[in-house]
Amino acid sequence: MSSPRLSLRRLWAIVLKEFIQMKRDRVTFGMMVGIPLMQLMMFGFAINSDPRHLPTAVHVADTGPFGRTLVQALRTSDYFEVVHEAESEADTQRLLQLGDVQFVVNIPVDFSRRLLRGERPVVLIEADASDPAATGPALSAVSKLANTVFNRDLAGPLARLHAKDGPVDFRIHAHYNPENITQFNVVPGLMGVVLTMTMVVITALAITRERERGTMENLLATPVRPFEVMVGKILPYIAVGYIQVTLILITAHFLFHVPMLGSLPLLYAVSLLFIAANLAVGITFSTLAQNQLQAVQLAFFFFLPSILLSGFMFPFRGMPHWAQNVGACLPNTHFLRIVRGILLKGNGLAEIAPELWPLLLFVVVAMTVGVKRYRQTLD
Amino acid sequence: MKGTEFAIDVTGVTKRFDEKIVVNAIDLQVRRGEIYGFLGPNGSGKTTFIRMLCGLLTPDAGTGTCLGYDVRTQQADIKRHVGYMTQKFSYYEDLSIRENLDFIARIYAVPDRRAAVERSLVRLGLANRSHQLAGQLSGGWKQRLALAACLIHSPQLLLLDEPTAGVDPKARREFWDELHQLASDGLTVLITTHYMDEAERCHRLAYLAYGNLLARGTLAEVLASAALFTWRVTGPDLRTLATALRGRAGVEQVTAFGNTLHVSGHDAAMLEAAIASVRDARHTWQRIPAGLEDAFIGLMDSAKDNFA
Ligand SMILES: Nc1ncnc2c1ncn2[C@@H]1O[C@H](COP(=O)(O)OP(=O)(O)OP(=O)(O)O)[C@@H](O)[C@H]1O
Ligand SMILES: [Mg+2]
Repeated sequence: MSSPRLSLRRLWAIVLKEFIQMKRDRVTFGMMVGIPLMQLMMFGFAINSDPRHLPTAVHVADTGPFGRTLVQALRTSDYFEVVHEAESEADTQRLLQLGDVQFVVNIPVDFSRRLLRGERPVVLIEADASDPAATGPALSAVSKLANTVFNRDLAGPLARLHAKDGPVDFRIHAHYNPENITQFNVVPGLMGVVLTMTMVVITALAITRERERGTMENLLATPVRPFEVMVGKILPYIAVGYIQVTLILITAHFLFHVPMLGSLPLLYAVSLLFIAANLAVGITFSTLAQNQLQAVQLAFFFFLPSILLSGFMFPFRGMPHWAQNVGACLPNTHFLRIVRGILLKGNGLAEIAPELWPLLLFVVVAMTVGVKRYRQTLD
Repeated sequence: MKGTEFAIDVTGVTKRFDEKIVVNAIDLQVRRGEIYGFLGPNGSGKTTFIRMLCGLLTPDAGTGTCLGYDVRTQQADIKRHVGYMTQKFSYYEDLSIRENLDFIARIYAVPDRRAAVERSLVRLGLANRSHQLAGQLSGGWKQRLALAACLIHSPQLLLLDEPTAGVDPKARREFWDELHQLASDGLTVLITTHYMDEAERCHRLAYLAYGNLLARGTLAEVLASAALFTWRVTGPDLRTLATALRGRAGVEQVTAFGNTLHVSGHDAAMLEAAIASVRDARHTWQRIPAGLEDAFIGLMDSAKDNFA
């Protein structure tokens, strides 16, 4: 081999070509801007919005009048929709477990009597908090409810029962997911998700497209080297990745008011590593896939765990051990922590360093596999 | 350039796909500055052979050189000096003509790239449509673009895989004039084609069937090696005559050409006997030299008996 070295000229030729092709492919180009915006709207607003009319079961053991008053108050509030009056506690547990209701309100046996005695009876609200974003607003509405619900009943001589913190003690028991994911958690997390999705898919197509259209045969017959093809195809998409990062940050700031405590230049610098990691995965996939459909399927195969096991959807510590191990191998897991750390906690380089080297390792491994897998001949 | 007489000099080149031998121990010598025609029926292994020459496929067996570089180990060097035009159009349809040429010129690090692109646009008559997307070109124009692209780095050897399929006769003639011009400047050309008139314009020919090289040499040599005898007959009711002739001992091909019929066979005596048995006064019979097409079909038929 007399030209084993990297030729910048050839590399640049590939970069330019990719840019031109990107420019011509309007649909994909639109996707690259559209996907981050769409996901931001979907995830961001789904969580930001204030879910109401959540299905609720009540279990009224009380025989006095005040239990019914409370149920009536729940019915008229926007947040709760009483869909079931349960006979037994077992009944309510099942409903909760099946996800048929979001809340179970338990009114105890001697509720009315103890209320009249000023004993602040306990009302247990059990919440299916597996999606805490959904339950949060409703639960905060409950405490307001407590102060006002018995205003009419506890008038005149009974007014003395208005304790400082309300006549009723609402105890909330959150089931299934004690950790609270707030939208501040979600929007920064979206950065990793959006980049994973678009970067992997688009580059997964990059080489398969050449193979499918037959242009690969031509490319292989030229002196261009595998590494040049890989890097040449990756570089243009790094630019696209940065556009996406910027879009997300702007939206996060102006639309979702996500705090940005840390250094943005640091975030941009780290993003480079993460973008490169995903591009390398995409390129590797495109050397494995026979056609573009397979490439997209492979990309999806990577995308799902990146969403589900990275700590984006479910709290990382809440996952079983095997899932945590899988998650630890995914670049998104580490990037997520980095982004949240920088934006929300104001972390600097020292704090994020433990998450950086797994990313770096990932890039190196994925690139090596990609270059190795890239066939220099047609056989 | 390494100083050997042959641009291509390979022996015993073999390629298998899943145990199926697609190219079977082919020896081929192509002199520098020669236009070498590569013919053979569909699936005979022409494309596969060419891909092995330019380093796209690794031969399972065989040795040799291409432009003096070893076909097995020096593929990178070969690639720099060879222009390969694939059978299927393989430039970027979403790039314009100029962008395609520019890309290829960059990849080969052509000196003074801009001028080289301009020259090649002008020479191929593509200058005034250089901004058109390659995907919007008609088939013939795509072929011209492909030729321009594989010439842009001034290769020493051109490997052309059916470059004129679907190209109109005038454009084909111009294409061949251009090829002869390039060859007289010292370029070596290996070209596959299914057109007999193009085969006749080659300096030398090779005929491949079922992966085996059946004949090679100049036009005259190939015809001689085919050893085919042909009679031409004119007259009324040729269809009945053709039916009567087919299947008779010594008659191998009966082909209608407009108002004439060509009857050929390898054994002159048997052929004449067969003809005598159907001959009548209404028809005029005449011995003619066997055509290339008859010769190839004859070769192919006998190859089928041997290898199928
Ligand atoms: N990558 C491959 N894998 C398996 N078989 C292949 C492959 N490429 C070619 N073949 C087979 O090898 C044989 C020769 O194919 P090739 O393309 O070389 O023929 P050809 O002479 O160029 O035909 P045509 O005139 O139709 O272009 C065919 O039977 C084909 O099916
Ligand atoms: Mg072919």
